[in-house]
This record gives sequence, structure tokens and C-alpha cells, in this order.
Amino acid sequence: MAAPADPVAIRARGLTKRFGALVAVDDIDLTVPRASVYGFLGPNGSGKSTTIRMLCGLLTPTAGDIEVLGLRIPQQAEALRSRIGYMTQKFSLFEDLSVRENLEFLAAVQDIPAAAARRRIDGLLAEYRFEDRQKQLAGTLSGGQKQRLALAGAVIHSPELLFLDEPTSAVDPESRRDFWEKLFDLADAGTTLLVSTHYMDEAERCHRIAILDRGVLVADGTPDELTGALAGRCLLVHAGQPRRARQRLVALPGVLSVAQIGNVLRVLTDGAPDAVARVRDALREAGLVAEATPGEPNLEDVFVSATRGRGPREAAA
Amino acid sequence: MKARRLLAVMVKELRQMRRDRITLAMIVGIPVMQLVLFGYAINLNLRGLSAGIADQANTSASRALVMDMVATGVIDPVVPATSPQALMDALRRGRISVGVVIPPDFEARRFDGREAVQVLVDGSDTVVQGAALQLAQLPLDTTPTANTRPLGLGRGQVGVVSFYNPERRSPVNIVPGLIGVILTMTMVLFTAVAIVRERERGNMELLIATPVTSAELMVGKVAPYVAIGLVQTSVVLALGTWLFRVPVAGSLLEVYVAAMLLILANLTLGLLISTRARSQFQAMQMTFFVFLPSILLSGFMFPFAGMPRAVQWIAELLPLTHFLRLVRGIMLRGAGLADMWPDVLALLAFTAVMMAAAILRFRKRLD
Repeated sequence: MAAPADPVAIRARGLTKRFGALVAVDDIDLTVPRASVYGFLGPNGSGKSTTIRMLCGLLTPTAGDIEVLGLRIPQQAEALRSRIGYMTQKFSLFEDLSVRENLEFLAAVQDIPAAAARRRIDGLLAEYRFEDRQKQLAGTLSGGQKQRLALAGAVIHSPELLFLDEPTSAVDPESRRDFWEKLFDLADAGTTLLVSTHYMDEAERCHRIAILDRGVLVADGTPDELTGALAGRCLLVHAGQPRRARQRLVALPGVLSVAQIGNVLRVLTDGAPDAVARVRDALREAGLVAEATPGEPNLEDVFVSATRGRGPREAAA
Repeated sequence: MKARRLLAVMVKELRQMRRDRITLAMIVGIPVMQLVLFGYAINLNLRGLSAGIADQANTSASRALVMDMVATGVIDPVVPATSPQALMDALRRGRISVGVVIPPDFEARRFDGREAVQVLVDGSDTVVQGAALQLAQLPLDTTPTANTRPLGLGRGQVGVVSFYNPERRSPVNIVPGLIGVILTMTMVLFTAVAIVRERERGNMELLIATPVTSAELMVGKVAPYVAIGLVQTSVVLALGTWLFRVPVAGSLLEVYVAAMLLILANLTLGLLISTRARSQFQAMQMTFFVFLPSILLSGFMFPFAGMPRAVQWIAELLPLTHFLRLVRGIMLRGAGLADMWPDVLALLAFTAVMMAAAILRFRKRLD
């Protein structure tokens, strides 16, 4: 792989996808730098999968321009296929083929010469710890093992760009951590990764994240930039009666969300200068013994503030 | 199209097939089951129809006639009756399919040349009706002048000469056609579910994100089944020869070539179904939609010549129709493929059209 002149792997402008009356993706602009882990954060149905499918040329956008690795998509999608890896949300390898047979198939389909393919497969089997399971049918693997195999299959041809659509949604925490180590190894080796997730802790690991809500890109930046923008808007309330305190605060204008964590309430305000004072007043008026201290904003706060400002969530698919 | 990728798709299909017990069982199970069913159970030359005979004349001639009828084996007297009324009752209640009435004035009618015997038939089954009509020819052939030999009607009294199957054994006629029916049923089904299954299981999204081309995928999926089809052909031929002594008058190689033509036509048809169907269940429904007309209109069950012109045109569109002409020609009449080139051409054209349509219809897209 020659040193890429263009530091940008993916560029999208005005990307839109409609399914009938439903606008699944609404006028998104994206720039994904090379050799980084870029996260797509959003709840189910926010358009993450649809965007990824458009970026790798599997779905035709209703409107907008896409450029991936210097290729115009979807026009040049075929040329892109051998340069990207795609790990689908649902396990999509063949359950009735063995671990090794699946990799053999993918290697051949990716045009890797037989001898090189054998070496590559042996290497992947060792790296992804499948040496003693080569002959096991993929359908009988555990959730974490399936994810590892799917990743091995997606990178068999050493793609420059890897799309991962909610890769860890069916995996236990330890496998998730393990899986993310693999992703950083890949990024370290120069691969660009685009990962969608609805886990905040995973989003925090990304170099950059984009937050999608009902098809709209509501935030885009590094985790630090995004949380830094919320400085001073997060309060930790230690109350003797947290449930009652919460009830009071949820109804208060200027409060975006109140989440209970143990006995502590995490309050996110809308950033109005007097918001903190109003929280303290409301608690005192209600006769609640409580102490409010400034908190460190996290990505969940970013997500809440980015999505709450957009009116009530209607029943969209 | 790259050989390595094509081979990879074929190897994958074979490996998956090897692990699919039901498909494996179908490959041999369907030919054996169908052959036994059609060969033994379904016999279009009816024998042993349950019958009632009311011999009201009870003369030596009438008794001889009854014995002749029973000796044909077509009827099997199960109900003793004395009056036409009793026979009609039994017929209505479904206890018998055929009733034979010999009136008291049988002798007089015989000599006058009037109708001397009446056969009552359950007309709700046309095949039974046909068999009974045959039976009715027995007394009608007895002209008064022939009476010098008192009703000595032999078994082969009816002037029907059967070419190519003088013993009138159904299997000889059915086994060659059965190759076609089995191939139509299994081949279309195998490929009809081939693509839609991968779509259902989620494999398709992975496949279309790889550099594999539509043509590689389509051809690679079809090719392994050609071998399966030829195995099925061999099973039917071997069992047909062994169990039913079905002859192969022409070239065995040409039988296989004809089978190959049908296999390709059916596999490509299945593939086209698979690009259209949304689920495996829908693919099976569509397969059945093709299978039923094939069985009924191809000439397998009913003679092609007896169908209305419009239906014949439809039948000409079915691969099985052409294959039946080919295989019956080769196996029973000893004809060659060259003699029947229009049917060869029809099967080739069908395959080409279906394959092209399947490749064109298959998009490496999700929308």
C-alpha cells in the first residue's frame, strides 16, 4: 500500500436516503480521516446501518455525494470492494462451513493467490485464537467467537478501510474489550475503521465520533471536544431522597435529563447561566436536603444534549 | 469471470450440501420414492375395478361371457347382485365402480343383434370410464353369426394394437418420463432456494460486499447441481431397468445428454425464481407453480395431442415437454437427438434465456 496522499478516507456531502415516506438518513456531511477509529453513535433506527451501507456501495443514496478512498460511490463501488472490509451487524459468515472453510472461501473470493491465502489464514487463525477450532462449524461458535471470526474474515485481504456495523452488540464485556484491542491494532497498522455502536463506553474509545439521531447528524468531533463543550452543564446531586429529588428536577425548565446513579443524581442542564442556581433553588423549595456539586460531562451527556434539543421523539421506525 | 472465484463458490456449495442432510436425502430419496410410487402404485391401466354382476339370464352363454369379463382382470366382482336396481345402489354408495347387467332375454337379444349387455359405470373417474368402455366391447363384438363358436371371446378380442409397449405395462411408459419429472422437481427447488436462503441467513450482505461477480455467483451455484442431477438420472435408469425391465432402445449417452439439457434448463429457471423470491417459502411456492403445469401439461400424465391448442402452446414453454419427447424417443423408439433437434434447441434456448435473466436480475445491491 503506497502512502496515501489524501489524509481523508471518507467524504460525504448531503447524504440522504429515503425509504418511501421515511427519511432514514437526512442530509449528512461526514469526513473520516485515515488511520483512525471513527465511531457512529446512535440508538437503534437512527440510520447508522443505512449510512454504512451507502458508504460501501450496497445501498444507493437518494441524494448526496460520496467519495471513499478516492472513488466515487456508488458508481465505482466494484473497484472499492477489494479495498474495504465490511462486518455486518448480523453474523453473515456461513454457519454450515467450518472456521477454516469460511476463511478459505473469503480468501478465494478476494482473489488472494492460493499459497498466500494459506499463509494468511494460518496467521489469522493464530492471531484470532482459532487454531484448535479450525474444523468447528461457524454456527456452533459462541457469540464472542463469531465476532472474532467475522473480523478475521473482514480483514483477510488487509483492507485499507474497515466498516463495522454494531460489531459487539451480542458479545459479553470481556470479549468486547478483547475485540476493541484488535481494532486498535488494526488502526495502529494504518487501517481506517468506521464503527457503529450504541454503547457509550465504546464511543469514548474512538478517535472521533459522530452522533446520529433519527437520521440527522447532531454532533461530530473528538470525544474531548464534545464533552468539553458541555463544561459547567453537569451537576451531581447528592440527595437524601433521590427519587423525590429526581421527580422535582425532571419537571424543572432548563433541565435536560436527570439520571440516577446509585444514590447520586446526574443532572444535565441546558447551559443557561442561571440553570445551576435554579436547580439548587428548586431542591430547597421542595424541602429536600441535597448538595449539588459540578460534575465532569461524559458522552452520555453529549448524546442527551444533542438529541433532547430536537423536540419529542416521535414513533419513527 | 475468474476461475479461482468461480471454483470457490462451487466448493462452498458442495461443502454446504454435504452438511445438509435433508438435501442429501432428497437427492436419492425422491427418485426412489417416485419410481416406486409411479411404477407400482399409480397404474393408469386399471385392473381389479370393484364390480357387481347381475346375470338375470343365467344361460351357459351368459355365464361364459361373465367368466370372460372376469378373466380380463379389469373387473373384480365383489358384490353379488340379482337386479339392476341393486347394482345402481351399490354404484351410488361407491361400493363398486362398474356394474354389469345381463337381462333375462339375453339370448333373444343376442340373436336379434340388439344390445344384450349393459355396463354401468361410475363416470366420476374418467380413467375408470375408459376401462369400462373397453369392457363394453366384449359383448358388442359378438355378432349373431359368430355364434357358431359360442361366445368364445379371447382376451385380446379388442382391436387395439399397442406399439412400443405391447404388454401395456405402465412403467415402460412412465419411467423415462419420471426422469424428467424428478429432475424438474428437485433441480428447480435446489436452486430456487439457493440465493434466497443466503439472503435470509444474512450471507448475501457479506457476499455482495466482496469482489465476487454476479456471473461467478450464479454459475458457481448451478454447476454442482448438474452432477447431482446426473446422479438422479442414473438412479432412475438403474432402478427402472432392474425393477421394471424398462428398455433403452437408443443410445444411453444420448439419454444423459437429454437429461443434462433438462437439468440446465431447470437449474437456471430455479435461479431466476431465487432472484425474485423474498423468502425460501415463497421460492417453494413459485417452484410448485411451475411444477404443477409441468406434470399436467407436458404429456407425462395426459397425452399432449389431446390438449386444446392454447394449452399446447403453454406446454411448449415448459422444459419437461421437450425432454419427454426426447427421452421417450431415445429410450422407447430408439430415435437419436439429431432426429429431434427442435426439442434440443428449445431446451438450449430456454437455458440461455433463464441464465441471462437471472444474472441481469441479480444486483449487487440491497435496494
